[in-house]
Amino acid sequence: MSLDVAAVKAEFPLLGREVHGTPIVYLDSGATSQKPRAVLDAMDHYYETINANVHRGAYHIAELATTASEDARRSVARFIGATDEHEVVFTKNATEAINLVAHSWGRTNLAAGDVVLLSLLEHHANIVPWHQLAAERGIEVRWIPLTDDGCLDLGDLDRLLEGVKLVAVTAVSNVTGAIPPVRQLANAAHAVGALCLVDGSQYVPHLATDVAELGCDFLAFTGHKMCGPTGIGVLWGRHELLDAMPPFLGGGEMILDVRQDGFTPNEVPWRFEAGTPPIAEMIGIGAAVDYLEGLGMDAVRRHEVSLTDYALSTLGDRFGDDLLIHGPSDTTHRGGILSMCLREIHAHDLSQVLDQHGVCVRAGHHCAKPLMRELGVTSTSRASLYLYNDESDIDALGDALDAAARFFDF
Amino acid sequence: MPGLEDLYREVILDHYRNPRNRGELETPPALMAEGFNPLCGDEVKVYVELEGDRITDVRIGGQGCSISQSSASMMTTAVKGRTVDEARGTLRSFKQMMSIHEHGLEGEDVPPDDPAGSSGLGDLEALRGVVKFPVRIKCATLGWNTFDQALDQDQDPDQALS
Ligand SMILES: Cc1ncc(COP(=O)(O)O)c(C=O)c1O
Repeated sequence: MSLDVAAVKAEFPLLGREVHGTPIVYLDSGATSQKPRAVLDAMDHYYETINANVHRGAYHIAELATTASEDARRSVARFIGATDEHEVVFTKNATEAINLVAHSWGRTNLAAGDVVLLSLLEHHANIVPWHQLAAERGIEVRWIPLTDDGCLDLGDLDRLLEGVKLVAVTAVSNVTGAIPPVRQLANAAHAVGALCLVDGSQYVPHLATDVAELGCDFLAFTGHKMCGPTGIGVLWGRHELLDAMPPFLGGGEMILDVRQDGFTPNEVPWRFEAGTPPIAEMIGIGAAVDYLEGLGMDAVRRHEVSLTDYALSTLGDRFGDDLLIHGPSDTTHRGGILSMCLREIHAHDLSQVLDQHGVCVRAGHHCAKPLMRELGVTSTSRASLYLYNDESDIDALGDALDAAARFFDF
Repeated sequence: MPGLEDLYREVILDHYRNPRNRGELETPPALMAEGFNPLCGDEVKVYVELEGDRITDVRIGGQGCSISQSSASMMTTAVKGRTVDEARGTLRSFKQMMSIHEHGLEGEDVPPDDPAGSSGLGDLEALRGVVKFPVRIKCATLGWNTFDQALDQDQDPDQALS
C-alpha cells in the first residue's frame, strides 16, 4: 500500500492556510507535527460529550471518559508492539519520560562511579537529566563519538561500556536524521549487565516500532511529533523494571492508600501518573496512533525515504557545493531530516527569507549543542519531512533557498 | 505585512558585510563579557577598554546572524569614545526602541518609523524594523546586553582590586 499524499494533506486543516499570501509549506514536523482532523475531532468529542474526571466517579460519563483514556493506552501499546498495556506510562512529553527514568530508576540504581553512556547525537532532553544526576550522585556521563559522516563510531564500544549501567541513545538524530544501530547497542548493553533507554521522539512517529525488535528496556517518545496533541508523552518500560521503581511525583491517582504515617503506591502504570491526567491528550494520542496505523507505518516510512531521496538529489543538483546538508547520504539509514547550511548565510537569516515564501523550517541548534559543536556549526536551518509533505514542498523549499541566495548575494 | 526590506536595511547589510571593530582586546586591562542567544546558539564576546569613565575601545568577537552582528557592529561605532554614562543612555534608548509591542503577529499595523533622528540613535534607527519580527529582537539586543554586562564588571570588587 502506498500513501495517497494529496488525500493525507487534505486531512490536516492547518495545511490549508496561507502565510504572507502564499500557501503554507510546512517543513518543521521534527519540532512538532500538524494534527489531522481525526485527532482534533476525538479531543472535541471528549470535551463536548464525555468530559469527566477519570478513575473516580461511578456515573455514566465518568466511566466513558475512563474507558476512552484507557483505550488510548491500549492503542499506544499496540502501536509500539508492547504486549502489556500497563507498560505504557503517560507523561507530559518525552522530556518528562526521560526525567522519570533518571529520577526514579536512576536514583534507585545508580551510585557514584556508575556510568551512563550517551551518544553525541542526543537531544538535550537525553543529556541534562544525566548531567543533573552526575552533579547529585557523582555518576559519570560518557559519550559515544561520531564518525566523519555523522554516524556513531562503535569501534571502541567494548572499552566505552566499562562500568556502564545504562546506555541512553536516540533512535533518530533530530539534527542529521542519522539512525544509529539501536538493537546492537541494546544487545551490547545487556551483555555487560546494563540497561538500554531509547529516545524514540524522532523514530516512533516515522518508522514502524516494535519494542521487542528494538531490544531496549525503556522507550521515550512524545505525542505532538506524531500527529497527536502537545502535553502528552509516553514512557514505555519493561513491566518488571517499572514495577520495581519508586514513584516520581506524589499526589492523587498514584496511591493505593494514604495514612497518617505514609502511603502505599499504586500499581504500574498509574503509580507514575500523579494527579488528574491529561485526559483529552490521552484520547488525542490514541486517535493519532489509530490514524497512523490506518495509513500503515511501512507506507509512511517508504514515502519519507523516497521524498528524502528526492530532496537530496534535487537540492544537490540545484545548489551543488553551495548547500551543505549534514548527515548520512544513505536514506535507508536516515530519517527525513535535512539540516542545511547555504553558503555563509546564517540559519536565522536563511529561515527568515524562507518564511517570506511560506516555508516553515527550524533555525538554531535544535537542542543538541554537543552535536552542533561536533559538526563545527552553531546553527543550521532544518527542514523535516512527514507523511503530508510531497515533492511540491521540496520544490518550494528549493525556490525559497534560491531567493535567499540571491537576497544575500555578497 | 512586514517585508524583508523592513528588516534588512542597506545599512544593516553593510555592517554585516563589513563589521566594524571586530577582534579582541587583552583582558585585563580590558573588560570582557560573553553573551549567548539560547534560541539560536549565537555567541558574542564584547571587549571594552576604559580610561577613567571614557570608552576608548570596543571589540566584538563570536558569531551570529546578520541582525546580531550588524547591531553589535553599529553599537561599537555608537559608544566608542563616549563616556560610560553616555553609552548607557544610548543603550537605554536602543532597548526602548526594541521593546515596542503594539503590533500583532498576524500582520496588523506596525508602528511607523521614527522621524529622522528624534531618538538620537542615528544609523541605529535602521534596526527599528526588527520589532516587526519579534523573534529577532533577541538577536538585535544580544551585543548590547553583553556590552552592559562587560561594563558591570567595572563595578565588580574583584576586578576593581586588580
Ligand atoms: C530526539 C528528541 N528527543 C527529545 C525531544 C523532546 O521532546 P519534548 O520537547 O516533546 O519532550 C525532541 C524534540 O524536540 C527530540 O527531537
